[in-house]
Order: sequence, then C-alpha cells, then structure tokens
Amino acid sequence: MAEQAIPGWKKWLEGSGDQVIFLKGFFRNVFRGGFEWSEFIRQCYEIGYKSFMLVGITSFIMGLVLALQLRPTLVNFGALSMLPKSLAVSIVREIGPIITAMICAGKIGSGIGAELGSMKVTEQIDAMEVSGANPVQYLVVTRILATTFMVPILTLLGDVLGLLGGFLAINITSSVSALLYFNKCLASIDFTDFLPAFIKTVFFGFVIGFVGCYKGYNSNRGTESVGLAANSAVVTASLWIFVIDAIVVQISSLLFYR
Amino acid sequence: MPLWCRSAVYFFIANMKEAEESPEKKSKPSETVIHIKGLKKSFGSNDVLKNINLDVKRGENVVILGKSGTGKSVTVQCIVGMLVPDGGEVTVFGDDVAALKERQLKELRMKIGFLFQGGALYDSMTVRENLEFPLTRVLKLKDQKEIDQQVKEVLENVGLSDAIDKMPSDLSGGMRKRVGLARTLVVKPEIMLYDEPTTGLDPITSREISELILQMQKKYKTTSIIITHDMECAGITADRVVIMSDGEYIAEGSFEELKKSKDELVRSFFKPTL
Repeated sequence: MAEQAIPGWKKWLEGSGDQVIFLKGFFRNVFRGGFEWSEFIRQCYEIGYKSFMLVGITSFIMGLVLALQLRPTLVNFGALSMLPKSLAVSIVREIGPIITAMICAGKIGSGIGAELGSMKVTEQIDAMEVSGANPVQYLVVTRILATTFMVPILTLLGDVLGLLGGFLAINITSSVSALLYFNKCLASIDFTDFLPAFIKTVFFGFVIGFVGCYKGYNSNRGTESVGLAANSAVVTASLWIFVIDAIVVQISSLLFYR
Repeated sequence: MPLWCRSAVYFFIANMKEAEESPEKKSKPSETVIHIKGLKKSFGSNDVLKNINLDVKRGENVVILGKSGTGKSVTVQCIVGMLVPDGGEVTVFGDDVAALKERQLKELRMKIGFLFQGGALYDSMTVRENLEFPLTRVLKLKDQKEIDQQVKEVLENVGLSDAIDKMPSDLSGGMRKRVGLARTLVVKPEIMLYDEPTTGLDPITSREISELILQMQKKYKTTSIIITHDMECAGITADRVVIMSDGEYIAEGSFEELKKSKDELVRSFFKPTL
C-alpha cells in the first residue's frame, strides 16, 4: 500500500516543532559546562574576520551610491546640507544592518549549512555522537554564538565604511572636509538611532547562525541535501531578517520616534 | 580462639574475597555483553528488521553477513542507540539501550567504538586533532603529555605514525580507515562495531585492514561485531558468522561450518566471484 502523503500544514508544524526542540537543545548546552572556547574563537575568526572585506566593500559602495542618488533630490529641495544627516540616519538605522545581515546570511549562513550538511552526509556528526562527545556543544553552540557576537561588530564596521563611501561621493561633486562631514554625521545620530539598530543586529546574527546550523544538522543523507541545506539556510535566514527588521522597527517607532 | 570467633573471621574473609572477585567475574570470557531479542525496526512501510535475536560473548568476533539493504547497519545502530527499535530489546552490559537516559547512554557509548564505513574523520582537523578529540571531549584528559603519548601509541599500532599532522583529505581510503580505527581505539572501548570496514578498498588493503582488525581485537581485547559482505574479511576476522536476509537471521555458525552449508542462500555467499 502506498504511503499516505503528509499534508503541507502538518509538515510545517512538524518542522516548527523540530526547530523548537533544536532551540531548546542549544540553550540547554549554552548553560551546560564545558564551553568550547577554542572552537568559538576559531568560528569568530572564520565568520567575522573572513567576512570583513566583503561587508566592508559592499557597505562602502552602498554609502557611495546612496550619497550619489540622494544628492540630486536634495539639491532640488535646496537641502544639500542635509546630505550627511540623511546618509548617517539611513545607514545607521537601516542600510548598514540590513546589508550586513544579508551578506552574512549569504556567506556565513550558507557556509554553516553546507559544512554541517556535509558533516552529516559523511557521518562525522554521527561519529561524534556515538563516541560520547557532544556535537551540539561543539558544532552548534559555538557557531550560533559566534554569529550572534560577530554580526553586530561587522555591522558597526560596515556603518563606518558606508559613511566613508558617502564622504567620497560628496567629494566627487563638491569639496567637504572630513571633519565637517563626520561632525555633521555624528551630530545627527543619537542613542535612539543606534540602540534599536544594534539590538536587531544581535537578533540577525542569532537567526543566521541558528538557521544555518538547523538546516545543516538536519539535512538528509544525500549529497544533494548539502546544497539544499545551504540554499534553504540562506532563503530562510533572509526571510527571518526582514521579519525581525519589521518587528524591531515597529517597536522602536512606538518607543522612540513618536 | 573460640570456634564461633574463628568461623566469623573465615566468613568475613570469604565475603571480602567474593566482593573483590565480583568485578573479575563480570568480565569472564563467557559473559554475554550484547543481547538482542526479537528486534524489530521499520522505516515507514518498509520492515527492515523483522525478528533479530543475537547474543555476543565477551572477546568474541561476530561477523554479520548479508546483502545490501538487509538491515545489518540498522542492527548495529540500534546497539549503539542511534536508532530506537520498534520492538524487542537490545541489552548492552545488562542495560536496555532504549531505556537509557541521555547521560547513561553517553556513558555506555564511551565503552563502544564505532568504525563508520568511510572512516568519518573530522575533515577540518588533522589526524592528531582527530585522535585528540575523543581524549579531550570524552575522557576529559587535560595533561597534554598523556594525550600526546596515547595518540602516538595508537597511531603506531595502526602503522600510521608518519601521518600524524596530515589532513584527512591527504590520506588514501585505507589510511582513512586506519585513522578511523585508531580514533575509536584511542579511548580503549570494550566493544567495537565495524560498519563495512573494507568497502571501497582494493583487495590488498582490504586484507590488511581485516588483519589489523584481528590484531587490534587481540591487543585491546575487544568484543566485536563486524558488518560486511567481504568474504575474505569475514574469513579472517570471524569467530562466528551470522547471515542475514530480509530482516532476519537465516544461518549462524563458524565460517568453515557455513562454508559447508547445504542451504542455497548460505552457499551463495561463499561462491567465488570473478
């Protein structure tokens, strides 16, 4: 007798339940003794340091393009002096965190998904488990904490480089001193711009690590599943980033920008 | 000394001796360390294991033979608690594996070595780090000198001292299996489970691995279950051979006994393949 097809909603519920169990396993292992410090530092290096160039270049170009695009509109309104402020607020509040998170979802999320997926396929995770070691502690906890820790740092660096890109764009068409530009930028940003943006990058980092680990750790046995795990990690993490962004912006609007 | 007093002393000494001997008795050669009774396991509508019964004595090398997909690997995965049986029981060292809690299962797994088909080496680590992993994470050893000494010793035993700082990607198939074997032996397990240890190897390397399994079994005094469809490996390593077909055991005996079997299915395993 052919097996009955499982309805989509039931699969979705099962998947959600699995994710909750996985999340519970992560938190249980975070507070259990024997934290893998050396692996955590290695992951911070792999995730953070090795992504710095990509995040930096992208943020710099985004800042440059944003300034070039904003300039004609502001000139039309006779508000060219508002350019540093517009740049600073848009980069710090939204563009910096989102661009960094999307790059990290693509680079780090897919990397974690593919790495753990291939470890699953080649029975390395099973070998760890069967030997009595704790693969969740070694592979999952370190990666999720490393992304949670490094994505906010990468965002800060991305913000600075984005503003530098904006400075270059302004100097292509006119002449502004670096001191004046950065003074204007910093004067236009306050705590309520920076804090919600920083908090959401912590969540972005967590989601990128969590989704990558979950997809990789629970991939199937074929080589095809490694690609699927990587792909699915990027798509799901990107979606979650936008959902979190919408929620955080809504909450921070209610709290700070009314 | 009064008689009652002397009797009490003798009784005390005898009890002490019995108490001291009890751990020895536990490890006597005839002790059953793995007991499988009525084991059943299905995946969806596919009944992989229908009724498996097996007892493995301490120090014994049992080879499970069978065609691909007959449930050999599923059997050993149930032994080590990677899969939960649908029916029957699997007892290792007297503990029902399915009923063990997480910590108890971890303790049991520390006594069992599992050699995976491809070696399952951690490919982001060197051979040294692969061998250090179970020592530091499972046995929780801290002394680097002791760790180095154990790593060197076990690598010498499998004849791969030179490969200590190589990455798994730099090793051949046979070397990977040797390192995989070294990694499982480094924690000195009491039971070794081999999942197709010679699959994918050339006949010469395959023979070397089979002989190594036998040597290591003698050196480390392990109890072993070897899953294979390599008849040469079975001939070299087996004290007892069990043949599986369609989720059930169809024959059991020594290699030589089964070789002379009149059962058509059993005989088909021993037919020369050219």
